[in-house]
Amino acid sequence: MALSKLSSSSSRLTNLLKPVTTSFLLHRPISTDTTPLTIETSVPFISHQCDAPSRSVETTPKELLSFFRDMALMRRMEIAADSLYKAKLVRGFCHLYDGQEAVAVGMEAAITKKDCVITAYRDHCTFLGRGGTLLEIFSELMGRKDGCSNGKGGSMHFYKKDANFYGGHGIVGAQIPLGCGLAFAQKYSKDETVTFALYGDGAANQGQLFEALNISALWDLPAILVCENNHYGMGTAEWRAAKSPAYYKRGDYVPGLKVDGMDALAVKQVCKFAKEHALKNGPIILEMDTYRYHGHSMSDPGSTYRTRDEISGVRQERDPIERVRKLILAHDLATEKELKDIEKEVRKEVDDAIAKAKDIFHSPDAVICFSYSQESPMPEPSELFTNVYVKGYGVEAFGADRKEVRGVLP
Amino acid sequence: MATSFRRFGRRLVGSISRNNFSTSCEKQLIQQQDGGGKSLNLYSAINQALHIALETDPRAYVFGEDVSFGGVFRCTTGLADRFGKSRVFNTPLCEQGIVGFGIGLAAMGNRAIAEIQFADYIFPAFDQIVNEAAKFRYRSGNQFNCGGLTIRAPYGAVGHGGHYHSQSPEAFFCHVPGLKVVIPRSPRQAKGLLLSCIRDPNPIVFFEPKWLYRLSIEEVPEDDYMLPLSEAEVIREGSDITLVGWGAQLSVMEDACIDAEKEGISCELIDLKTLIPWDKEMVEASVKKTGRLLISHEAPITGGFGAEISASIVERCFLRLEAPVARVCGLDTPFPLVFEPFYMPTKNKILDAIKSTINY
Repeated sequence: MALSKLSSSSSRLTNLLKPVTTSFLLHRPISTDTTPLTIETSVPFISHQCDAPSRSVETTPKELLSFFRDMALMRRMEIAADSLYKAKLVRGFCHLYDGQEAVAVGMEAAITKKDCVITAYRDHCTFLGRGGTLLEIFSELMGRKDGCSNGKGGSMHFYKKDANFYGGHGIVGAQIPLGCGLAFAQKYSKDETVTFALYGDGAANQGQLFEALNISALWDLPAILVCENNHYGMGTAEWRAAKSPAYYKRGDYVPGLKVDGMDALAVKQVCKFAKEHALKNGPIILEMDTYRYHGHSMSDPGSTYRTRDEISGVRQERDPIERVRKLILAHDLATEKELKDIEKEVRKEVDDAIAKAKDIFHSPDAVICFSYSQESPMPEPSELFTNVYVKGYGVEAFGADRKEVRGVLP
Repeated sequence: MATSFRRFGRRLVGSISRNNFSTSCEKQLIQQQDGGGKSLNLYSAINQALHIALETDPRAYVFGEDVSFGGVFRCTTGLADRFGKSRVFNTPLCEQGIVGFGIGLAAMGNRAIAEIQFADYIFPAFDQIVNEAAKFRYRSGNQFNCGGLTIRAPYGAVGHGGHYHSQSPEAFFCHVPGLKVVIPRSPRQAKGLLLSCIRDPNPIVFFEPKWLYRLSIEEVPEDDYMLPLSEAEVIREGSDITLVGWGAQLSVMEDACIDAEKEGISCELIDLKTLIPWDKEMVEASVKKTGRLLISHEAPITGGFGAEISASIVERCFLRLEAPVARVCGLDTPFPLVFEPFYMPTKNKILDAIKSTINY
């Protein structure tokens, strides 16, 4: 610890003297090292109808640092989305993921972009994990042209076809049967891919989950049902809504594993295990024990149904980013200063993406922006009529002038 | 918007039910006088109605997602404290379960007041509503019924709701014999109509205009009163054109009527209140007087309930109509996020349609 403090203060000195060199140096030792490292998960996996994977997780310094960076980016992005919403630049409903980052990051570390992912509306970070860009995210949030769905869907409707991200779905639980359908197609295509269908503890009580699970088990579909248990379905604590909040057991005949969803390495380990299992034996349920710091949505302060102590307790003891930070420092893979710099970098990246996504006409410094005009504009009004049906089948609207208006599709 | 709703309040007509649809109740329909009562917004009026419903009937229950904390729109605030957890309780997040459970509860002679958090989420329960609730009495030859069931759900645009917090699904339910669909326009209406719905011996879907929860303020009598179902109301008299609407859309239509009046067009505005079974006679009488009809709703135009009104009135008033029936509705697109202002049947769209109908 003393050593790292020393090196951080010395690099701060360098920073003062030669900022350019330092930021250059920053990439030097940290992100490239791929020497294997074995780290024990925080708590054991708890299994139902299957053997648990080993607690010893193989990783590398490079991976740990990428976990840190990716999660810091997600955290920053969600905080920024919060401010954009409060500034009324994001309209619609908005559900933030901060606190749950380890699930998105750990899952991505174990699977490929050929595997399918489908989730609910708390989807910003899942999308980012699938390779979505900040510009696509902020533009979509603000309903701009550069958004991943051309600004049509808004905060809770992200999709990315080239990375097999089948979307954030607005209706609770509705994405689970869809995910099992994706797995059904994968079983046909025999390309050794699987589907991760994510849902929350609220959705775990939906009937359609059990319908889809039965079919998946019956036909041995490579479907992995990931219950992101953040312990509150909106304002309702899990135990008020579920007779058995042991969601990993609720598949009965379907195997399940309970995982510390605040530990990215544990998530990675279990997702890797689940993929192998699903390809061989069919569906499996993964319950990720996680936590959302924000309220359910922007209209929920998140403090009426749980205590502030509970939230700060999780932040102090289980925060996924802090866990990785401690690991990095304990193994001396980077200095505190270097990690702080990563966070600064991430912050700038987010700010730049927002600046770019903001509409020229809404920007407070419209004149300056106009001269650059790199920002994402609002979609064309005709966009309202596109994609309702396939191209060529325009939507008819009955105009106030008593004439039918046919939307012309591009 | 709030001001035009206050206007509605004073015009309130409360005659005795002309149609015998709302036969229900153990209580007499109370005739409403102008004014009186405390100034309340719409969600508080709903809250008051629920308090009265639970107080007057020990076999009434309120349940739904997060209702014991007051619900996302605060409509159920204080109910759990007052009436206890056994009568006001949260359910898990399972709409099909909520409604199915409500049907069972109602079938045993209770008043089941179920809340679906947003009308957009009612579709998982669609099967239970359409195939179970609506047909229970018919299938069993009146041995059983679930008439005590009332399903409350906030519907409609809210300015920034996007796809799944803005839809108006009333037309789906208007296609189901055995159900009643009721939509109030103001706090006083909401309280009286909701109490009627709860006490009506038929299953009812009660859609609440979520845009008006806080916006619409009106003097609401504090006592227990009911407003007749299946009875429309002329909220503005006129002679040149009849406008028919319901819920939040009425305030937009009222604004259009005021603007039309400035141009010398006298509009008659009718609040349908109950969508099925609806008050054809009142609309027919009005159209026979004015010779023109305009219907406006937020839901997409195609297959909307406006189409049904239009067809029925053309059947009944064909020779009296001076112009085709006009419909100013939502567009045939999913409910948009950034293009909500284009999608909505706004005042100016209605005004244009009024003018072109008059000049047809």
